[in-house]
Amino acid sequence: MIALSDYLILSSIVFCIGLAGIFINRTNIIMLLMCVELILAAVNTNFIAFSYYGGDLAGQIFVFFILTVAAAEVAIGLAILTLMFRSRGSIDIDVTNTLKG
Amino acid sequence: MINTYLIIVLAPLFGSIIVGLAGNRLGRKASHSITILGVAISTALSLFVFNHHVLNDGDIFNQNLYTWMQIGGLNISVGFLVDNLTALMLVVVSFVSLMVHIYTIGYMHEDKGYTKFFSYISLFTFAMFTLVISNNFMQLFFGWEAVGLVSYLLIGFWHHKESAVQANLKAFLVNRVGDFGFLLGIAMVLMFFGTLDYAETFSQKDQIIGQTLFGGVSAITVVCLLLFVGAMGKSAQVPLHVWLPGSMEGPTPISALIHAATMVTAGIFMVSRMSPLFELSDVALTVVMVIGAITALFMGLLGIVQNDIKKVVAYSTLSQLGYMTVALGVSAYSVAIFHLMTHAFFKALLFLAAGSVIVALHHEQDIRKMGGLRKKMPITYVTSLLGTLALIGFPGFAGFYSKDMIIEAVHYSDLPFAGWVYFAVILGVFITAFYSLRLLFLVFHGESRLDSHTEEHVHETAPSITVPLVLLAIPSVLIGYFTIEPMLFGGWLENGIFIDSSHHAVAKLESHFHSAFSLITHSVMTLPFWMMIGGGLTAWVFCIYRTDWADLIQSKFKRINYVLNSLYGFDRFNEIVFVRGSLKLGNLLWKISDMTIIDQLLVNGSARFARYVGAFIRPIQTGYVYHYAFFMIVSLMLVLGWVLIASDYSFFS
Repeated sequence: MIALSDYLILSSIVFCIGLAGIFINRTNIIMLLMCVELILAAVNTNFIAFSYYGGDLAGQIFVFFILTVAAAEVAIGLAILTLMFRSRGSIDIDVTNTLKG
Repeated sequence: MINTYLIIVLAPLFGSIIVGLAGNRLGRKASHSITILGVAISTALSLFVFNHHVLNDGDIFNQNLYTWMQIGGLNISVGFLVDNLTALMLVVVSFVSLMVHIYTIGYMHEDKGYTKFFSYISLFTFAMFTLVISNNFMQLFFGWEAVGLVSYLLIGFWHHKESAVQANLKAFLVNRVGDFGFLLGIAMVLMFFGTLDYAETFSQKDQIIGQTLFGGVSAITVVCLLLFVGAMGKSAQVPLHVWLPGSMEGPTPISALIHAATMVTAGIFMVSRMSPLFELSDVALTVVMVIGAITALFMGLLGIVQNDIKKVVAYSTLSQLGYMTVALGVSAYSVAIFHLMTHAFFKALLFLAAGSVIVALHHEQDIRKMGGLRKKMPITYVTSLLGTLALIGFPGFAGFYSKDMIIEAVHYSDLPFAGWVYFAVILGVFITAFYSLRLLFLVFHGESRLDSHTEEHVHETAPSITVPLVLLAIPSVLIGYFTIEPMLFGGWLENGIFIDSSHHAVAKLESHFHSAFSLITHSVMTLPFWMMIGGGLTAWVFCIYRTDWADLIQSKFKRINYVLNSLYGFDRFNEIVFVRGSLKLGNLLWKISDMTIIDQLLVNGSARFARYVGAFIRPIQTGYVYHYAFFMIVSLMLVLGWVLIASDYSFFS
């Protein structure tokens, strides 16, 4: 029998991998998007685990919404990426520092 | 009756507005006709009102016409109070104003601002009417400020002249000082009585007796002195007199109307109107009397050394206003009003005559360049002579009665310093005779000192100038003889003036008075008469008999001459203390509060602060997305951690 804590441990491992990916990754923005997806996946896992063990379907319905929004978000993110590549010729993260004060 | 009063007040206003707005289109003739018609209507109705109130004992008219504003329980209204005092003032103001209007046709006929001038003097007449007919302090103050405004406009009428602009500014500023005191006085009346209506104020005047301010100063004294400060400004009493000689920069008609006959007597009128209040404070009355005596004596002295024809008459006006103020101080209000009236006629006459000379000589005002004009300008000469005799108080003339009564009233007064004041006013008679006759001799008698070009062209001035002179000469001679008895002792002014029973001056005057004629016969045995003769003889000696003696005296008494010529240093004192003082204070405030505190510290300081803070925080903004994300996560963890700790681990339990 798989316990609730196993799911939580798995999701926190995935979350931390995503987080670490955001911090450590210095190459390109696609990696960033992928890490954000990992974090979302971790959250979804949590939702489903709690929903299953708590006997409340609301959590699983939430996950559907999150998946939809995440898909839309990735679509927009990739579109922005394409435009950015066109205008700058690079999707390197270190180049995108126009906000520097 | 109410419509009559309204027409008296409003007719000049309408004339002024019409001519002021449409003067250029109406043309000169229509402009002066309209304004003169307005004032003539007022004059006729004033005489009617005078007849109704004074001669036929009409009831006092006291009514609010219009509520201007209402603040809490305080009603500020426009209202008329017409008693004998008002009726008399209406007649004096409207008559002199009418004469000046007519005179202006001749005097200003070459001036570009002809129609504007008529609009202004009509506006002045309206303002003066509002002042004298008012039944409350607020409307009085309105009229007070309005006459001040018109006076300012007219002193600076020839605004292309630098000196005229400076003189009107000076007049305005000095009057501000007086008006400030006046306003404080009105505020204190409101504070103690809760009303601004004359009748209501006077009916509860007893409740202020015994009240004190600032730990021990009698409240009524403070009120009266503050009100008197206003009178000092408007009626040009020392030390607020400095504006009046300067006001001679204006055209002569307004010197006659505003700065001699009517506006400057507003202070005298106001104090008489407030007699129920002033009677309560002997201290205030003493101050009034002493200030008046100082003005009467010392301003008269200055008249001796002046060489500008208008300035001599101006200093004589100051001196005569001093006499009126002395009369107020000794509680002889009716005598002050009597002198106000006679003075209005003969001083307007003297000014207009001076203006006639000025016009004839093409705007030459220096009396050292005149002389021998009596044959060339007979009407002006005769009227000037009559005016001068009235001014110096020659027995029988108007000024004789009023001045003699003032001197006698001082004699009978019980106030402290009355002895000194008596001495001052007696000496003043000598001085008055001296400078007046000096002026007359230098202008009309002796050798002609005109330049040959002017000499050929001098002739008597136009009828529009000489007719008002003649019309003013008549009351200057006769009015004293006919009005002294009813006005001072016959109760003409009884319902407008209140005299406390402890002040005996007028009562004693009455007990010594027999008839107007007996005063003349009696006068040869009195000191003022011989002082006047002495002053006249001195003037004759210096100006006709031995003209070189004047220079001799001048070189012998250099110091006195210097003091007189520098006008006692009032102007210099004001220049150094007030003008430069306020300049310095302004500089100081500009540098400290404006430049340092506001500009440097507040405005530039906040900008500088933002810049410093920005320089300090800027490195945090690296522009890299992962730095921002890192900050977000770390702060989120900190906040969550704090929430967990703060909630006492309840999350886990």
